[in-house]
Amino acid sequence: MTSATLDGALEGADVIVCCGSGGVGKTTTAAVIGLAAALSGRRAVVVTIDPARRLADALGLTDGLAGEPQRIDLADAPGELWAMMLDTSAAFDALVRRNAGDADQAERILGNAFYRNISGSLSGTQEYMAAETLHQLHGDERFDLVVVDTPPSRNALDFLDASGVLARFLDHRLFKLLMLPARRGMRVVNAATQPLMRAIGKVVGSEVLADAVAFFQAFAGMEGGFRQRAESVIGLLRSDATRYVVVASPHRDTVTEAVWFVGQLADKGIVRVAGVANRVHPMFGPGSAGDAHDRAAAASGDVAELWRNVAELRARGEAARAELAPFAELLGGGPLVEVPLLDGDVHDLDGLDEIRRHLFAAP
Amino acid sequence: MLAVELDGKPVLGQLVGDLPCEQISAPQALEDYLREHGFGRVAKRLSSSGVIDVVATAAPGIDDIVVLGKIKALERSGEWDVIVVDGPAAGHAITFLTSAAGLQDAVRGGPVRAQADDVMELLHDPERSQVVLVTLPETTPVNEVVETAYALEDRVGVRLGAVVVNNVDGPAGGGRVPDPDTADLAGVAEAELLRQAAAFRRSRRRMQDDEIARLSAELALEQWHLPQLAAAGLGRADIVELADALRRAP
Repeated sequence: MTSATLDGALEGADVIVCCGSGGVGKTTTAAVIGLAAALSGRRAVVVTIDPARRLADALGLTDGLAGEPQRIDLADAPGELWAMMLDTSAAFDALVRRNAGDADQAERILGNAFYRNISGSLSGTQEYMAAETLHQLHGDERFDLVVVDTPPSRNALDFLDASGVLARFLDHRLFKLLMLPARRGMRVVNAATQPLMRAIGKVVGSEVLADAVAFFQAFAGMEGGFRQRAESVIGLLRSDATRYVVVASPHRDTVTEAVWFVGQLADKGIVRVAGVANRVHPMFGPGSAGDAHDRAAAASGDVAELWRNVAELRARGEAARAELAPFAELLGGGPLVEVPLLDGDVHDLDGLDEIRRHLFAAP
Repeated sequence: MLAVELDGKPVLGQLVGDLPCEQISAPQALEDYLREHGFGRVAKRLSSSGVIDVVATAAPGIDDIVVLGKIKALERSGEWDVIVVDGPAAGHAITFLTSAAGLQDAVRGGPVRAQADDVMELLHDPERSQVVLVTLPETTPVNEVVETAYALEDRVGVRLGAVVVNNVDGPAGGGRVPDPDTADLAGVAEAELLRQAAAFRRSRRRMQDDEIARLSAELALEQWHLPQLAAAGLGRADIVELADALRRAP
């Protein structure tokens, strides 16, 4: 067992970003970090992209998580814990409204069929809106710590690149091509007659193309505001006020992902990274699986079966630690905190608090 | 038999060893598709400049449909008796398999429409395709697989095969664990350790059995159980062991 904790990662942080693949307990880890912060007197808000009913239940939110921060009832915490779910489309809508020249332009965009598709499904939108939402919450005076749970994809850190998702979206050739007729004051239909456009129209259907053209034309003039906003989000995420927690479970694929995330962060110059290894099989005593096997062989009856049980559990524990080794090695100086596999499910605040005692030293 | 891996890190290839394995990635499939449909040599540039992203988004599901189209072509080639596709995770699995129906509604004609029609035909024919759902004996995965099963039945109409429950700690994965409260531990120095380990194992098994029972109650599909293996990373030998377990499944 390691004696590392996440206390250092929390100290002096304004933003904590949790990343890792799906199903490793990332959302629960984010909630537990928020809980620990509230118990140490901070006003924390946890943003999750995971609509898991169980987390809402564990937090005592009977109506589920909402798109706006809701205060969690913590009896005697000196601080506050709030939680919300990321609503990608709503966040994109709000961004459009803030940047539009007037209400008319906003409505033209929000009502466009092509926009409705991209706001929910353009690859990277969710990641970008997670970053946008956390920037917004960072500026909100109600909170002094934002904990964000990123989408379970390799793109989760795309927003860290200046040439990130939005810039790529705004800079691509189709956009420029489509904007050309608008700038010359020509009509939409002219764009659709260009050979390239005709070809695209043939593939996706001409209605879809007409919607896309109308969208880009309605969007004209808003790129500057969007880009500025993106730069300021990136600035926050690359500053020392933002800390990263990479979460894994003891399986080869999640460890591979965790190692990949740590490498990506290092490439961007971010080295203050903490690791969490969830659901690690406990070892039950100091010996190895082999020792327990020997004890089982030397005993009989119930005692032999009980030692065999210990041997089997330790074999799983040893396998888990072998899987996690590359992750632990890569973190170097950074802490890797182990949370043991528990003998029950986390379904209430007490369950979250049990995990908190594994992640943090504070009582 | 052919194994097909979608957009993956090449994991499946390592696991199946010498068996034939094909990788299909959505961006590559879309690029190929565009090349075959009038974009010729600019297809590569379209994909690197992000235009493909926008085309894919303008007609949601088009990237899924080109991937399914490639799988359909492999099936139609007649080269394989069976093609096993490692599909996307729960949430995306539904959008992936509903992409054809969605495009049928959105696009009235043209090559994409024809592709969607062919894929629908494949998915609706229980002789040609079925979905095998995989889950773990834990609360969230069971909830997810039940939701996915209903969504696939209602929205895709594809035949559902068995549900595979992975990582089951049972007779195959470990022996009997005596009740620590009644076991005779007189004079055993490590009695406390033995009791704790037994209580832990029994509690995990109870949780697992409850979830398996709940899965049976909520989903009227045959279940195949795979034993939990205490191995760091699966190797070829483990795959053979699991394949044997599947063959023995009722």
